[in-house]
Amino acid sequence: MSGLNSGDKKLRNNALTIFSAAALAVCLWLAPTFIDAYKVRIINLIAINAILGLSLNLIYGMGGMFSLGHSGFMAIGAYVSAILIITPDQKQLMWILDPISPWVMNLQAPFLLSLIAAGVAAAFFGVLISIPVLRLGGDYLGIATLGFSEIIRILITNLTPITNGPLGLKGIPPHASLLMSYGCLAVMLLCVTRLMRSNFGNVVRAVRDDEVAAKTMGIDTFRIRVLVFTLGCFGGGVGGALMGNLITTIDPKMFMITQTYSLLMIVVVGGLGSMTGSVVGAILITTMLEWLRFVENPITIGSLNIPGIPGMRMVIFSVLLIAVIIFRREGIMGMREFSWGWLLRDAKKGGAK
Amino acid sequence: MRKFLLAVMLCFVASGAAFAADDVIKIGFYNCLTGQNAFGGQLELEGVQLALKEFPEVLGKKIELVVVDNKSDKVEAANAVTRLINRDKVNVIIGTYGSSLAIAGGEVAEVGKVPVIGTSCTNPLVTQGKKYYFRACFIDPLQGAGAATYAYRKLGSKKAALLVDVANDYAVGLANFFKQSYIKLGGEIVSDMRYQSGDQDFTAQLTEIISKKPDIVFLPAYFAEGAIVLKQARELGATFRFMGGDAMDNPEMVTLGGEAIEGFLYTGFAYAPDMKEMNPVAKKFTENWKKAFPNKDPNGNAALGYDSFILAYDAIKRAGSAEPDKIRDALEKTKDLPTVTGVTTLDKDHNPQKDIGVLEIKNGKKEFVGTIVPE
Amino acid sequence: MDINMFMQHFINALGLGSLYGLIAIGYTMVYGILRLINFAHGDIFMLGAYFVFFATVQFKLPWMLGVAIAIIGTTLCGLLVDRIAYRPLRSAPRISALISAIGVSFFIENIAVVIFSGMPRPVVQPPLLMEAFSISGIRLVPLALMVPAISFMIVTALLWMIYRTKSGLAMRSISFDIETTRLMGVSVDRIIALTFAIGSALAAVAGIMWALRYPRVEPFMGIMPGFKAFIAAVFGGIGSIPGAMLGGLSLGFVEIMSVAFFPKLSGYRDAFAFLLLVVILLVKPTGLMGEKLEDKI
Repeated sequence: MSGLNSGDKKLRNNALTIFSAAALAVCLWLAPTFIDAYKVRIINLIAINAILGLSLNLIYGMGGMFSLGHSGFMAIGAYVSAILIITPDQKQLMWILDPISPWVMNLQAPFLLSLIAAGVAAAFFGVLISIPVLRLGGDYLGIATLGFSEIIRILITNLTPITNGPLGLKGIPPHASLLMSYGCLAVMLLCVTRLMRSNFGNVVRAVRDDEVAAKTMGIDTFRIRVLVFTLGCFGGGVGGALMGNLITTIDPKMFMITQTYSLLMIVVVGGLGSMTGSVVGAILITTMLEWLRFVENPITIGSLNIPGIPGMRMVIFSVLLIAVIIFRREGIMGMREFSWGWLLRDAKKGGAK
Repeated sequence: MRKFLLAVMLCFVASGAAFAADDVIKIGFYNCLTGQNAFGGQLELEGVQLALKEFPEVLGKKIELVVVDNKSDKVEAANAVTRLINRDKVNVIIGTYGSSLAIAGGEVAEVGKVPVIGTSCTNPLVTQGKKYYFRACFIDPLQGAGAATYAYRKLGSKKAALLVDVANDYAVGLANFFKQSYIKLGGEIVSDMRYQSGDQDFTAQLTEIISKKPDIVFLPAYFAEGAIVLKQARELGATFRFMGGDAMDNPEMVTLGGEAIEGFLYTGFAYAPDMKEMNPVAKKFTENWKKAFPNKDPNGNAALGYDSFILAYDAIKRAGSAEPDKIRDALEKTKDLPTVTGVTTLDKDHNPQKDIGVLEIKNGKKEFVGTIVPE
Repeated sequence: MDINMFMQHFINALGLGSLYGLIAIGYTMVYGILRLINFAHGDIFMLGAYFVFFATVQFKLPWMLGVAIAIIGTTLCGLLVDRIAYRPLRSAPRISALISAIGVSFFIENIAVVIFSGMPRPVVQPPLLMEAFSISGIRLVPLALMVPAISFMIVTALLWMIYRTKSGLAMRSISFDIETTRLMGVSVDRIIALTFAIGSALAAVAGIMWALRYPRVEPFMGIMPGFKAFIAAVFGGIGSIPGAMLGGLSLGFVEIMSVAFFPKLSGYRDAFAFLLLVVILLVKPTGLMGEKLEDKI
């Protein structure tokens, strides 16, 4: 790349980014016409998982705060968005256990606004929770956030007049189209990379790598941590809302700790601290879970019938996961970020190493 | 514009399904084969497989069963139905155990325009406002009212207590319908206790209930939990009777509960292998089952799996076509169809009005007590 | 509430709490030494219950033999897990080992579904242990007294081992500084394996007790008890064995008494448990009896 000065490089990279984003948008716009709804759904799920992974990575990979509470923030986002966009008539029919509280019934907002409200609500709870618990470090923080996310789930289960309890909400309008999900992902990716490249990003990294040193530099580390945590929660809320819109029904059981585990896997497999890594992780984990379905289907080879083995899929998945962690523990991307320079340099050298 | 494209594509898919299935008619089956509800889903699958053996062909074409596991998980349930519709291009779908899973699957089927027949998803929300969801089982309001009627009128109880899994949609729904009917009949609810799915210790709740001295305790749990509750209640010296719902109907319950389960009453689908007045379909079903699975007793879930298949089979035959929309229209007109769990007629909400069976555990065996008409 | 009813709740809480404590000890031992939250502990516990089920129900072996087989089998499984999934990650960042633990947990649960099927199975309770009797209106089964007794015996034995034997000294030393210990010529891997063996054997004992008290086994039975025991371990001060027992008992009491005193809020029973966890972490992050640990994120 010696032939290009830095200004040209920037221009080239921006051009490449805009071009590929446009190409991706066209592909996504055309996708539903050419591939079946099943694949469309999985492609969509990838984007949502990427958003969720990215937001968790912001908290954990960038901010160095071990949080196990992401499913709780997803739940808040999903419920806020769903309540805002389901029509009052539908709500009237759905609350068959306890009568719905009138203010929940009459809350209404357009989809985009509901998405932002979902993020804001999750962020609000994020602030509330983070102020006390961020004094803790390491595993203790993880455990405390896990406790909070379970409390959120139990509250949602019990507060029937607001949440319809264990019955959950159904008939959420399917606003999470491919373009919508990927649009959200793109906006988020853009904001986060911009943020991390700015001076604020340096401050966040400094706080993560050495809190004491950062403090002596005059950084209000606590405030920075709360801020990063809240931003991550915002992403979690938006991701949860999109998830609800994709599946079109939600209930408290969707937001168990296993949900957080799968996000954690996405983050770690992709590479802790790598934004683009989370996207790669989301693609890998989501497609692998779908692709592995075949092992549970009965297979017929000639006249030989092999019955499907229930449970086998997760067995293979967990073995693969353990293998990845043991043999490539830094994840696919490590701490690196995808960049055009990196890609082109490697291409020039004759492919990836 | 995109919506329009989506609609065009779905039309393609729908008509494509009909074209693709020239030589065979595909019935999709999604159910809980793994995960926490695996026991119910497995029995339903066996019921469906039994029916398939009996009716391997319709309209001169072979019927092929495509089985997909939903892992007792909502996301997987939606994925499973999407896959059945788009990849396997099935003509009609059967499933599932667990209402929340059926609700998730139903949303997909509604968009994909393929009819689904629910096996044992008893929550009213499953078919509410849905064009493509039907079911072979009765719904919970009916069942709860039936249980309350039986408890109040036949058993003469005046004070009831509830012990409910607060995280379980089925349990909360059924308990609520029981409560409403019981109070309307003139009874009193003296204690309304809750627990969370996965709990295994119920001693605190049971001690509290015992102190309120109810005549009967309504326990709309799944059988595996229910059996443990009954054991703990007996250990704590409870003498009142327990009553449960259809999810208690499982051959394993007696082995799990042992002596503690003696005298336990539950409402269920009007089928048991030992019932005295068996309709001809049920008789045939029982005989075939005993041949296929000599070591295993059938139950209501197995029967409903079988019934769901019969409903689909009958609809395809009447429709004279394997096109999903035609099957849907035919299903809507299902009338007086003899099935294992009684004569099936689907109402405007796609729910059958079926008798509620009452069963009791006597001498370590379940006995069919009779049927009840809810008040 | 009259005194009889309170005593009944008290007995219930004691039984449940000591079971939590027994599982919590396994968590606490592994954490104390490796700083690893062994998410698979609850599943090892489940294996213990399955072993005893197969030995006594399927193969009709006598109870004592069944218990022995269960303990040995589970211990071997625990060692295998350490060897395959944790040992290669000793020098890795802790998150890697944590993810590996989650992977192991998924693996054990699902391989159990493949092998044993998802169907819950009944466990035979020896009638001797289950003969209920009452003392002035309080109902008791012998098992309910046996569980706390055995738990306390185990705690005593463990404390003796940790503070009075060479292996115990090595364990304490590893938890303090693993590298220095290695330099002192201690076979670190052997001692860690020993820790896993003891932890798994305890999980087996807890699994057997649990299966006796709540007589059924199923592949996912370990998740909730594992979770609760984990809270108990943190509450008591993770790394401390008496703390784990104390934490277990406290959790048992909080769960039972929250229902006893606020029957209307029984749906929030688990929320009380988690609230307890959060409160203790905020007030005294090291738990009731924990020592100050440095953060190694």
